Amino acid sequence: MSSAGGEVLGTRTRVFLVDDHRFFLSGLRAELGAEFEIVGDGSDVDASVEGIRRTGPDVVLLDVHLPGGGGRAVIEGVHRINPEVRFLALSVSDAAEDVIGVIRAGARGYVTKTISPADLASAIRRVRDGDAVFSPRLAGFVLDAFRGRLSGPVDPELDQLTAREQEVLRHIARGYTYKEVARRLHLSVKTVETHVSSVLRKLQLSSRHELTRWATDRRLV
Amino acid sequence: MRHRGDHRWSREGQRETIGRQPPALPRRGAISRTPSPTRVPERGDHRDRRDGLTFDRSGTNRVAAGVAAGIGERLGIDPVLVRTALVVLALAGGAGVALYLAGWALSREPGGDPAAGGRAAPADARPARREPAQRQLVALGCVVLGSLLLFREVGLWFGDALVWPVALGAAGFAVIWTRGDSADRARWAAVGSRFPGNPFDDLFTGRVSLARVLLGGLLVGSGMGVFLLANDALTFAAVRNVVLAVVVTAAGLAVILGPWMARLARQLADERRERIRSEERAEMAAHLHDSVLHTLALIQRADAPPEVATLARGQERELRAWLYGRTAPGGGERLSTAVEAVAARVEALHNVVVDAVVVGDGPMDERSWAIVHACQEAANNAARHSGAQRVSVYVEAEPDAITAFVRDQGKGFDPEAVPGDRRGIAESIRGRMRRHGGTAVIASEPGEGTEVHLRVPMEAA
Repeated sequence: MSSAGGEVLGTRTRVFLVDDHRFFLSGLRAELGAEFEIVGDGSDVDASVEGIRRTGPDVVLLDVHLPGGGGRAVIEGVHRINPEVRFLALSVSDAAEDVIGVIRAGARGYVTKTISPADLASAIRRVRDGDAVFSPRLAGFVLDAFRGRLSGPVDPELDQLTAREQEVLRHIARGYTYKEVARRLHLSVKTVETHVSSVLRKLQLSSRHELTRWATDRRLV
Repeated sequence: MRHRGDHRWSREGQRETIGRQPPALPRRGAISRTPSPTRVPERGDHRDRRDGLTFDRSGTNRVAAGVAAGIGERLGIDPVLVRTALVVLALAGGAGVALYLAGWALSREPGGDPAAGGRAAPADARPARREPAQRQLVALGCVVLGSLLLFREVGLWFGDALVWPVALGAAGFAVIWTRGDSADRARWAAVGSRFPGNPFDDLFTGRVSLARVLLGGLLVGSGMGVFLLANDALTFAAVRNVVLAVVVTAAGLAVILGPWMARLARQLADERRERIRSEERAEMAAHLHDSVLHTLALIQRADAPPEVATLARGQERELRAWLYGRTAPGGGERLSTAVEAVAARVEALHNVVVDAVVVGDGPMDERSWAIVHACQEAANNAARHSGAQRVSVYVEAEPDAITAFVRDQGKGFDPEAVPGDRRGIAESIRGRMRRHGGTAVIASEPGEGTEVHLRVPMEAA
């Protein structure tokens, strides 16, 4: 598990903020400033990619909707230069296609902007440590996306969730924390994290076309 | 990941091909599994499948159907020689045409053998087949001409006066209706699948179309001319009769097809209106998203009084449902919207946060209403008694059942020693589920929160 504070080997976790709402940016700075080192912020795609490249943060807190191509464009732009930067997507939007889209682009988690400051801080720590952050809603989206029978060739490594992974996701969707899931399923927290990371990987790599169709089916906007 | 099976490796290879596409569409390309259009079946792909008399037609080197190249490949001679021989034979009484047809009947479509060519999907081969459209057209014309000569020679003939004009006319129509470039063809395919409004709108637009129409018209006209000349009927009266006949026929067609055309036009107009409306809606949604949704989120994060935060949350939920809601085609209630509505009601009533997650969806019926109402009772119960600030509702629709979990992290209770009023509510939840053939399990421990597990079987759809 992560250390309690933002300290790793004596240095504070460096966080970069990307959001085009100034109010929100200043709110985040005030909230997170005590625990994390806010190394910079950006409010559009190009400025953010440039700022992240210059400052090399541990974690980027990324708004899904941005002028100039959206959060996905930032992830793709940064990962071309430095694939080590970890992204946590943050949005007021719960549109399934936004969520799945930004995760498939490479974000390691997704939380909504109504998340409490304490939960946000722990999500940042989790992403910094290389784990995935699944909120109940994201878990629901993923379960939904991987449902149903597949037409065409199936790659069980990528196109299907194992029974265990489904069970873990269902518990997260039911509102259990990783620790509670571990206790209920008689697993270690580390194992739960491994399952969730594996789901994240499948979500990113599966070429299951239902996943694409599913996202477009739900797009009304 | 533990194993990397063969299958996985082949997938990796495919992804590499996709990655080489132009960078304009990197994400779409990575997501969808559409085969890369650059993948053309190799000529040698099926060379080893030789048995008996049959051979494969060529998928890549074809003028008409690829028979000549197939024969050439099979016999190891240049296809041009085969073609020359066939043309000469065709002119000499039409035997070449008969041979070509026989060859076509004996041969197989490249990659069309499902037993041996399972991996070469038909979709892979199709783009290659379309390439030499012009050459193929000329060849097709020659084959038809050759066949006509053959039939004439053999005696299966209606007479020069009828066949030649008809052939000329048909060629004219073919020229008019053949769409030159693939963009045109794609548009026609799209239009055709959605019932076109008026095909002639498309026909007369564009410079290339005009030349095509003129050429086609000329061919059709000369066809008619030849017909009339051959019948010694090119007199003023005959022309008048023909024009009259054409006008009458056109009028008849208009009467028959008129309503249909009108309906299509109306349909098209409706579609256009719908598209404009959805564009406007998308614009408005983007604006609301960037302004109001953010403000509502900010209010919830700020230290606002609980009532204000609840109000903001309720409004956010409503707005989000409107922006991203999965509405049923008929506008009726669906499981997801019904559960969201329950969450909103409980939130408004008790000043708690209700996280609702719905997996799967479907229209509502008696049983799904039963489980939704039981969820509402359980959530109300949790909000009222548990002391928790957050209630989680999870509903999953499977083909054979709907399951639901209502959970709080409140103080919990000992199910053995429940106060009377709580037992009553638990019983009403259980009773409701029992009446619909379902079950309700209430798990709770003091200090551990409570979870209500509901399940109702569904009739197989």
